[in-house]
Amino acid sequence: MATAILDLPEQEFVMPGTRTCAGCGLPIAYRYILKALGPKTIVTLPACCLTILHGIYPKTPIAVNAVNNTFASTAASASGLAAGLKATGQDDYTVLAMAGDGGTFDMGIQALSGAAERETNFIYVCYDNEAYMNTGVQRSSATPTGAFTTTTPVIPKEQPKKDFIQIMEAHHPAYLATTCSSYPGDLYNKFVKAKSIKGTRFVHLAIPCPAGWLFPTKDTIKIGRLAVETGVVVLYEVENGVLQLTGKTLSLARSGRRRPVEEYLKLQGRFKKILPEQMESFQQQIDLRWEQLLGRAGF
Amino acid sequence: MEQTLILTGNQAAALAAKLCRVQVIAAYPITPQSKIPEVLSEYVERGELKAEFVRVESEHSAMGVCISASLVGARVFTATAANGLAYMHEQLHWAAGARLPIVMPVANRGLGAPWTILNDMQDSIAQRDTGWMQFYCQDNQQILDQVILAYRVAEQLLIPIMVCFDGFRLSHTMMPVSIPSQEQVDAFLPAFQPPYLLDPERPVNINPVVMTDPIADPQGNLCPGYMGFRRRLQEDLEAALPVVVEASTAFEKAFGRCYQDPLYRYQTEDADFLFVTMGSLSSEASETVDLLRDEGIKAGVVGLRVFRPFPAEILSQAVQRANCLAVIEKAISYGYEGALNTELKAALFSHNGHRPTIFNYVVGLGGKDVKPADLVESAHETLHAAQNGTRQEHPRWLGREV
Ligand SMILES: Cc1ncc(C[n+]2csc(CCOP(=O)(O)OP(=O)(O)O)c2C)c(N)n1
Ligand SMILES: [Mg+2]
Repeated sequence: MATAILDLPEQEFVMPGTRTCAGCGLPIAYRYILKALGPKTIVTLPACCLTILHGIYPKTPIAVNAVNNTFASTAASASGLAAGLKATGQDDYTVLAMAGDGGTFDMGIQALSGAAERETNFIYVCYDNEAYMNTGVQRSSATPTGAFTTTTPVIPKEQPKKDFIQIMEAHHPAYLATTCSSYPGDLYNKFVKAKSIKGTRFVHLAIPCPAGWLFPTKDTIKIGRLAVETGVVVLYEVENGVLQLTGKTLSLARSGRRRPVEEYLKLQGRFKKILPEQMESFQQQIDLRWEQLLGRAGF
Repeated sequence: MEQTLILTGNQAAALAAKLCRVQVIAAYPITPQSKIPEVLSEYVERGELKAEFVRVESEHSAMGVCISASLVGARVFTATAANGLAYMHEQLHWAAGARLPIVMPVANRGLGAPWTILNDMQDSIAQRDTGWMQFYCQDNQQILDQVILAYRVAEQLLIPIMVCFDGFRLSHTMMPVSIPSQEQVDAFLPAFQPPYLLDPERPVNINPVVMTDPIADPQGNLCPGYMGFRRRLQEDLEAALPVVVEASTAFEKAFGRCYQDPLYRYQTEDADFLFVTMGSLSSEASETVDLLRDEGIKAGVVGLRVFRPFPAEILSQAVQRANCLAVIEKAISYGYEGALNTELKAALFSHNGHRPTIFNYVVGLGGKDVKPADLVESAHETLHAAQNGTRQEHPRWLGREV
């Protein structure tokens, strides 16, 4: 069962005054991640919207230690933190690496693959807003079919989203989970669990982005929920090769009441030119993955 | 107890790291330095060195690991060469900007394309402007000594240091190296005291976005803007040479070998003609000087041991007496000339206005043998030009065949 909001720890690590855009899903999720991990966390982050969230020198709204690093080297930095903390007897810190989809699916993949293969002791979160948002909404390999970006400005993206979660699963991390900023309880539980496990832990975190996806800032939670309710985002976790559905996804799997993908797509300006056949193939991809994941979960 | 061992340059570098009790090592194979991480792996796996060895998947990550491990207070080590060093480029800026005392041997090797695995200095000279200090070694004893010295200097200044030495010529050549005892090194180089300790009660955001103009913190103190951080690095590098000298004085007391002078000098007192060079070329130039002296030419050698910070004043003084200089380099700034040549001329212009005849020679790229005959020829040509008052338009390439 997802932890109820009222049962979450009261201590805050994301203070008011973050510099993210109005309606950004990132500070919502980050707040619960840090509540789950606690004060003895050190986070490493590359250039991305999280850098913006962390503020401008000499002020920061984040009340845990943080290290900024180069775009390609988040997992290398986390490896260095893990090694350095161990070598200096400070290994009671939780090392959290947190990067965007661009910094993970694209440029960070080499360092992350290396660190995961070395079974480095850290939690890696890829928060996925499906484009290079910080630099102005350019296409990434996480951008879905049919979406406009500033580098697919006339012809919406033709290729499907890279199945990065599968790539990470192929590394057999100690723990792998997917979650979404619209479900704080599910998210919180997964980070509490991740913290209790040693080794490489990977979390894919879906984050709606009003500025890049073109929806009203009041709808961030709604869009995230629709992503889950349509099966575009599937909430699950994998331990020792065993996949378990969680939260809303689990109840959808039980009830069979998944909503059509169109309901999710039509609320976002980035999909306004999606072709009917793209919409259809989008639905097919989602259906296929839904069947596969539910099959693995024993449904 | 001190002892003498016959070691390659790579073995000397690895042994130096062990003597310095490095706590985190991250390295990636590239010829000709691969032996350094191999030897260190063995030390660690045999339990002779207590360190975390991170077998990274790239040099970019090697430096990424070093940066973050250093940030939390560990003494860190890596080594690389050529394309590996070039691949680290972004991280080199980050390490220096973050003021981390990382020490990195570089076994100098030419850069592709086309591929070569053999020696020149294009790799490290091309990293001149990253904010790292650069030491150059002439023999394997110096490799061991300079790594130990580098940690002391780096940790005092919080500036990273490359200890550069010629690939194959030193990395793979065996020489007797006097090895200090662990106790001696421990006394010279105490455990790294990081400038701050992580504290969950007082969290910090390290290497964040900074603005152009200073901004006040909540207590009203004005904190530096971007240029403020850059200027501090430059100021500390400007003031770094005395720190090297001071550390070298302590080094001499501890180990008996003397590196106070950032220059290697051979037969310079009465010299009219000087080779100005770096690294193991200083040794080759010294042999050539003996040949030239047999001819009655008052020749000498000045070899830079410290290239960054550039010892401009000391170098200008060292060449003041000579009216004829041949600057011999294993690197070139394409479209102009060797970096050392440019910097030497600039130093003379600023420091004493001395205007000797200066000829620049590009030699030894991609492992090309530097023959004494070539160096003799360069000396004759430069001396001849001095007599005729001719100046050189472009650097001359020695040993170029087709
Ligand atoms: C080596 C390098 N190339 C490019 C950049 C420019 N850059 C900064 S942030 C960014 C995009 C980040 O996208 P993502 O990782 O998805 O995070 P988001 O901004 O969407 O949160 C890029 C391309 C960089 N900082 N470093
Ligand atoms: Mg993104």
